Amino acid sequence: MATAAEMSTEPVSARGGPLLDVRNLHVEFRTREGVARAVNGVDYAVDAGETLAVLGESGSGKSVTAQAIMGILDSPPGFVTQGQVLFHGEDLLKFGTEQRRKVRGARMAMIFQDALSALNPVLNVGEQLGEMFTVHRGLSRKDARAKAVELMERVRIPAAKERVRSYPHQFSGGMRQRVMIAMAMALEPELIIADEPTTALDVTVQAQVMDLLAELQREYNMGLILITHDLGVVADVADKIAVMYAGRIVETSPVHDIYRAPAHPYTKGLLDSIPRVDQKGQELYAIKGLPPNLLHIPPGCAFHPRCPLAQDICRTKIPPLYRVSEVRASACHFWKECIGDDRPAADKT
Amino acid sequence: MTEPTPVTSREPILRVRGLVKHFPLTQGILFKKQVGAVKAVDGVSFDLYPGETLGIVGESGCGKSTVAKLLMNLEQATAGEVFYKGQDITKLSGRALKAVRRNIQMVFQDPYTSLNPRMTVGDIIGEPFDIHPEVAPKGDRRKRVQELLDVVGLNPEYINRYPHQFSGGQRQRIGIARGLALNPEIIICDEPVSALDVSVQAQVINLMEKLQDEFSLSYIFIAHDLSIVRHISDRVGVMYLGKMAEIGSDAAIYEHPTHPYTQALLSAVPVPDPEAREHRERIILSGDVPSPANPPSGCRFRTRCWKAQDRCAQEEPLLAIPARFAQATTPVAHESACHFAEEKDVVGAA
Repeated sequence: MATAAEMSTEPVSARGGPLLDVRNLHVEFRTREGVARAVNGVDYAVDAGETLAVLGESGSGKSVTAQAIMGILDSPPGFVTQGQVLFHGEDLLKFGTEQRRKVRGARMAMIFQDALSALNPVLNVGEQLGEMFTVHRGLSRKDARAKAVELMERVRIPAAKERVRSYPHQFSGGMRQRVMIAMAMALEPELIIADEPTTALDVTVQAQVMDLLAELQREYNMGLILITHDLGVVADVADKIAVMYAGRIVETSPVHDIYRAPAHPYTKGLLDSIPRVDQKGQELYAIKGLPPNLLHIPPGCAFHPRCPLAQDICRTKIPPLYRVSEVRASACHFWKECIGDDRPAADKT
Repeated sequence: MTEPTPVTSREPILRVRGLVKHFPLTQGILFKKQVGAVKAVDGVSFDLYPGETLGIVGESGCGKSTVAKLLMNLEQATAGEVFYKGQDITKLSGRALKAVRRNIQMVFQDPYTSLNPRMTVGDIIGEPFDIHPEVAPKGDRRKRVQELLDVVGLNPEYINRYPHQFSGGQRQRIGIARGLALNPEIIICDEPVSALDVSVQAQVINLMEKLQDEFSLSYIFIAHDLSIVRHISDRVGVMYLGKMAEIGSDAAIYEHPTHPYTQALLSAVPVPDPEAREHRERIILSGDVPSPANPPSGCRFRTRCWKAQDRCAQEEPLLAIPARFAQATTPVAHESACHFAEEKDVVGAA
C-alpha cells in the first residue's frame, strides 16, 4: 500500500508540492474557563489518491484540525492563531469567505460521523443532494434531481429513483451514510475529509461503507483524510498515519511500520491496549491516567504523566518531531528506546 | 481470566428458556387495535454458569439489549422463562422480585446519562442500600461506599463530588461500584465500554476482570465489539434479529464458527494489523438487517445469506449441534442454527 503513495506523488510533485499541506497549524478556543489549546502545531500532507489516517482519542484535536482545514471552525470561540493550510500551494487561511465557499464542497468535501444530524431532516435527500448542483453549478431543479438520482445509484442505494423523495429518517444508518458520501462526492472534489465515517455503524455495514469509500477514492484519485480512533479501520485502508495527542502529532509513519514497531510510547500503548478478534490475549495493557485537560496541558511532553519511559527532560522540554527514517517521525525524546523496546535493530533505520 | 472449567459439570445460575418479547404496534387513537408487533426477542434460550462471562454479540436491533432488560424483569416478557435458582423471574413481582434483583445487577452503556447529575457520588453508589437496607446498616453506609470507590480504583475522598466532575472512564467506574454495592452474583453489562476511549476501555475491562475474580461474579456481557467480547468472554452467543444464531465457547465461535452470519460478522471486524489485511477473506454482506416487525420466513438470515436455498425459506433452523458435527471432538461441535452449517476460519486465528 505504501507503493500507492509513492506512485501518486509523481504527477502532483510536478505541480509543486502535495495536494494538501498543513503547516504548523494552531487552533485555540477562548472559553470562559480560559484558553483551550486544541491544536498546537500540526503538520501533515496528503497527495492525490492517498489515504492519510489521523488517529487520536477524544480531545486530541483531530476533528478541530479538519474543521480548520475545511473552514468550518466555530468562530468564536475557535480561532486559528498560526499556521498555513496549503491547498495546491495556496494558503486557504488567507482566502476570503466567498473564495473559501467556492473551494468547500467543490474541491474539498467532508463526511461527518453522525449522518442523521448532519443531514437536514425537513428536506428530502433529493433536494439536499440537488442543492450541490443548483448552488455550485447553477443547474435547474429538475436537472439537479436527475443528478441526485445518478449519485445515489453511484453509492449503490437501491431503488434510487423512488428513494430520492425520501427523508433522512426513512433511511437506515448505513444508507444515510451513503447519502453523506454521495453529497461529498457530488462535485468530484480532489480531497475528502471523513470524520469517523463508520463509528456509528454496525460492523457488517461499516465494511460496506469503507469498501465503497475506498472504491470511489480509487476511481477519482482523491486524497482522503480519514479521522478515526479505530486502529483496526486504519490498518485496513490507510497508506500513512498521523497519531495525535493533546493537539500535537506525536508520530507519523507509513501504515505497515507503525503496527510493526511504534516509535512513540503513546502509539505503542494504544496498540497494546486493544483486544484483537484473532487472538485471545492475556490481561490488556492499559495506559495509566487520563488524556489531559486542554486548558492545562502538562509542560514538556504532554504525554509524560502517562508515559512509562518518561525522564526529567520530558517534563521540561517539548519534544520536536524527530526523524526516525526517510518516511517516519516521532515526537519522543526516547523514540530509540521505544522502537527498540523488544525488537531487533533492523527497524532502526 | 479464570481457567474455563468444564461447564457441563456445574449447575447453571441462570437458565433462560424460549424468551420472547413482542412490542405491539397499534393504530388508531380512540380505539387502539394491534396491527402487528416488533419481534425484538423471539425465542432465546441459554444458560449462565457461576463465575463465567457469557458474551452476547449482535448488530443494532438484534434484541440483545431487550434480552438484558428481560433478565432484570425491567420489561415484561411476552413468553418464556428465566430461572434464577429454580425461580422463574418473569413471574415474580413485589417483594420476591426485589429480593432476586439484589443478586442481579446491571451496568449501563452511557456513563453520562445513567448517573443522576444532581446526586453526589456517595448518594449514587449508596442508593441501592435504601432499597436493601439489610446489606449495609445505616451507620456503615459511608464507609461501605468508600470501600466500593476504592475497589473500583477511585479515590474514596471523592465521595461528595458530582458526576460531572469525573471523566467518562471514571463515571463508568462509579456505575460499576453501584452495581457491586449489593454484592450481587450476576452483573449484566450492556455495552459497558463502548462510549469510552481506547486507552480508557482497557482500564475498565481490566477492572471488570479483576472484580470478577475477587467477588466470583457471573457476567452477561452485551456488546457489538467482537474483539472486546472475545477478550472477556468464556462463552459467546451471536444474535440476529431476535434469535440466537450460534452459541458456544470462545474458541468455538471465533475459531470454528459454523453459522454464515457469525462468519460474515467476524470477517468484517477490522484487525489492527496491516499485514493481515492481505490474507484475510472478507465476506461483505449485501443489504441491511430486515425489520423485526416483519422478519423473513424460515431462517431470518436467509435474505442476506449466500448459502440460502428454498429450504431456508420454509423451515426454520433450530439452535442445536448440527448432526454432521455431533461426533466431532473439536470445538466445532457447538450449537448453530443453520441448515447448512459448515466450518470456516475467518479471523485467521493463530
